[in-house]
Amino acid sequence: MADVREALMSGRNSEGARVRRPLSPHLQVYRPQITSTLSILHRLMGVALAVGTLLFVWWLAAAASSDAAFALAAGLMGSVVGWVLIAGWTLALWYHFCNGIRHLWWDVGRGFELSEVHATGKLVVAASLVLTVLTLVAGAAMR
Amino acid sequence: MSNPTHSQQAAIMRSMLGRARGLGSAKSGTGHWWAQRLTAIALVPLGVWFVIGAIAHAGASRAGIEHWISGPVTATLMLALIACMFQHMQLGLQVVIEDYVHSESCRVATLLAMKAATALLAILAALSVLKMALAG
Repeated sequence: MADVREALMSGRNSEGARVRRPLSPHLQVYRPQITSTLSILHRLMGVALAVGTLLFVWWLAAAASSDAAFALAAGLMGSVVGWVLIAGWTLALWYHFCNGIRHLWWDVGRGFELSEVHATGKLVVAASLVLTVLTLVAGAAMR
Repeated sequence: MSNPTHSQQAAIMRSMLGRARGLGSAKSGTGHWWAQRLTAIALVPLGVWFVIGAIAHAGASRAGIEHWISGPVTATLMLALIACMFQHMQLGLQVVIEDYVHSESCRVATLLAMKAATALLAILAALSVLKMALAG
């Protein structure tokens, strides 16, 4: 049987002929805006963090396994490649963290005015950048 | 399409359009939504706690990490972090897969693989913490 949702796609064009309606939204015709850009970034950063858990679990399992395993994990994390990965995941974490709080604020029904959405969006970007720099500087100071 | 017979109509009881419009509820949507928010709220303090701990132990030796993780409070918070983090991650990845993988067989296979992978990662992480906590 055809997908029952097809029933919602049936329409007529201006000449009266039956057509299958196009799917919406057409993302390519929209100018990127702070709202849509931050929204997709939240998802992208979430997926990036999911990949980052591989390093987290490897580091944890290595610490629980042997000196050799831990030296391998610590060696990667101390290298330039490791620093770039950790810096990227730190930014992803703080962005997803700050924007997640923005989402929770929306969940309690606040902050839906367009001016507020724009202001909190800019605040989230600024806060995640500041927190990322602070985290990386503090981490470098402790090494 | 020929008109459905009486018995077919009895089995369907709804028009195609009615069935499409009636898709409505996502079955277990509320539970999913709520669990994602609950884990998100828990991850706010747990995330801050872990980042501070990770900064404090940046470049630490294996003994230093073992000493940190094996403390009862740290081990408890680490296990809580692992539980919330992997549940939150599984719920989030599920939505991403449901949004972008359109073929049903492919979607189910991807979902099962993702759920298995996240569950195994969570078990490995928790077991690593427990091993250090119980050995120390």
